[in-house]
Amino acid sequence: MEAIVAEGISKVFKLHVNPSQSMKERLVRLGRSQTREFIALQHMDLTVQSGETLGILGHNGSGKSTLLKCISGILKPTTGQIRLRGRIASLLELGAGFHPELTGRENVYINAAFLGISRQEIERRFDAIVDFAELDQFIDEPVKHYSSGMYVRLGFAVAINLDPDILLVDEVLAVGDEVFQMKCLDRVRQFQQEGRTILVVTHAADVVRQVCNRAIVLHHGEKVADGKPGDAIRIFREHLHGSLSDTAPADEGPLRITAVEVAGTRGGPQPGIESGDPLTVTVNFTADEPIEQPTVALSVVSPEGQTMYAADFDLGKTALPPGNHSVSVQFTEVPLLDGRYTLNSRVFDRLHTDSAATRAGRDQFTVLNPGIAHGVVSLRVGDVRILPAHDAPADIPPQASHPTDPKGI
Amino acid sequence: MGSAGGSSSELRIISARRSIPEHLREIWEFRELLGGLIRKELKVRYKNSVLGFAWSMAQPAFLLAVYTFVFSVLGQGFQRFSIWLLCGLIVWTLVSTTLVTAVQAITVNANLVGKVPFPRAVLPLSTFGSAFVHFLLQFATFMAIVAIARHPIDWAYVWMLPLAVLALSLLLAALALMLSVVNVYARDTQHLLELALIAMFWANPIIYEYQRAATWFSQHSLPTWLPLLNPFTAIVTTFQRAIYGASSVGDRQLLPDVGQWWYLRNIGIIGAVSLGLLALALWYFDRAESNLAEIL
Repeated sequence: MEAIVAEGISKVFKLHVNPSQSMKERLVRLGRSQTREFIALQHMDLTVQSGETLGILGHNGSGKSTLLKCISGILKPTTGQIRLRGRIASLLELGAGFHPELTGRENVYINAAFLGISRQEIERRFDAIVDFAELDQFIDEPVKHYSSGMYVRLGFAVAINLDPDILLVDEVLAVGDEVFQMKCLDRVRQFQQEGRTILVVTHAADVVRQVCNRAIVLHHGEKVADGKPGDAIRIFREHLHGSLSDTAPADEGPLRITAVEVAGTRGGPQPGIESGDPLTVTVNFTADEPIEQPTVALSVVSPEGQTMYAADFDLGKTALPPGNHSVSVQFTEVPLLDGRYTLNSRVFDRLHTDSAATRAGRDQFTVLNPGIAHGVVSLRVGDVRILPAHDAPADIPPQASHPTDPKGI
Repeated sequence: MGSAGGSSSELRIISARRSIPEHLREIWEFRELLGGLIRKELKVRYKNSVLGFAWSMAQPAFLLAVYTFVFSVLGQGFQRFSIWLLCGLIVWTLVSTTLVTAVQAITVNANLVGKVPFPRAVLPLSTFGSAFVHFLLQFATFMAIVAIARHPIDWAYVWMLPLAVLALSLLLAALALMLSVVNVYARDTQHLLELALIAMFWANPIIYEYQRAATWFSQHSLPTWLPLLNPFTAIVTTFQRAIYGASSVGDRQLLPDVGQWWYLRNIGIIGAVSLGLLALALWYFDRAESNLAEIL
């Protein structure tokens, strides 16, 4: 059964070229202010079956939040229609309806009323809400005395305890402390098991891989991918990187890196590999003077800016004559997990470190993880098995299972 | 995959337009929110005051005392002028409080409108609601004082008051809806309204008598129904006729010396026009609603 059917929805924003709200200027322009149109969603069709957990990926401005706001009813589509089955609760903005002067208890009632839920029903769930928010002692305090964490916890508790059939989540899983985050994620998983429909908007591919069973990718208001999370993530990365162009100036000096080639195992606009595949990096450079002790340094930086790997490779004591040279470094196994990594390279002379050529931030490769693991690095997995219980007699042979995907887990 | 709960069979449609009955049905579904917002507004207003709601009730009593004293000194010329005055003032307080709060109902809640889905019409309607609760409290106090003072009210007209209040409510709801939206597009509306309310106050026979205005109009060979174009006049005069209880004092004519039909007709016209206006307001509100979250 479909939970959400969106048919041909478009959303056009009218941007005021001169955003003045004054009547004086309107009178001058006879009531019409100059506007420019911005198309946030272009004739989109989307059907979500009940029980699905759909990830919506897209870079900033791709229309993913607009889509979610249309589904939640905050915005209305300019054209088209959305049909929803069941109660919808959104974790778009937690505690947005809270009034600081009112107590937690009073705010729970008002917050729930904003979600269209009757007083009776809230009374029934009140204890569960307070329990989940861990606010028993503070529920009759005005929320202006709450910490921001308590505020968000109460908002989350209201939204998630009101038995929604469709849950909309927009990046908010990243709020609160780690313990509460785990609790929220647990609750989302429980929702999945109960067969509810969940929509997650994010640009964190990890979250999509962790919780979704389907994902779509939005790009400039259009749906460019719809399918398995792994495939969607790959397309998302390609689109994201396609929209970036590198225009860093080339080095000028006696030693210049002319090009860096990264050869992966997968084709496409961006060199890529699957987790655990080999990767070959070739650094081409030009030297105007001889290099006595040539050295090539490579480093791999994660999207978060963390150096995952860095090393200098000495190329022996033989001096290189002036001219064009190429050095290739072969990594036999790259055990990184999902992400787009930046490769920085440097060529220099061990004896004359002042004449170094650096190329940073211009070469990238992507790693796609076909397995189920998430995190930073892929660990090799051996046996995974159930050990015999300590208090039971060990006459049952232990059942062993082997991972179907040795590089993923 | 199973469905979740009994409510999963209901199907809601979100599209750019909806009909007036659909709009009304949606507002009705959120009636608890309406009630909750009215309660919230009242609670917040008296949050840290000892007397709380008593303040709403103290106001008319205080006004009565002040006016009674002032006009016994000034000698305005007719008996119990303060009761006459209060009849109009109580109605006018409802009108001005509703409009002044409604015009900002959406703009001050910009945060909510951009982030939480609910029928936006609930916001201006709740400002009317809380003004109406005040009105009821003030009216009750006023009636209690009138009873204690043994002032003779005219029961032949009192039964019309609920009709007058109903017509006024329709009108105020329509105005509240429209003003709240217009103010989003042109923030000057709220300032313009303040001026308009001052003019409107004097366009109503609150301090002066209706008959004086009507006489002035006929002397200047203008039609005497002209002052009735102000929709609040019909409501104010009905209150005066019923609670002040007479159409003349001494040899002074306060209200036209006509029967109940005149008041009923006026209320009927206002009610019918307001109903049309409310339909128009709902239609306009619906058209504008889809853009509110973007503009704010």
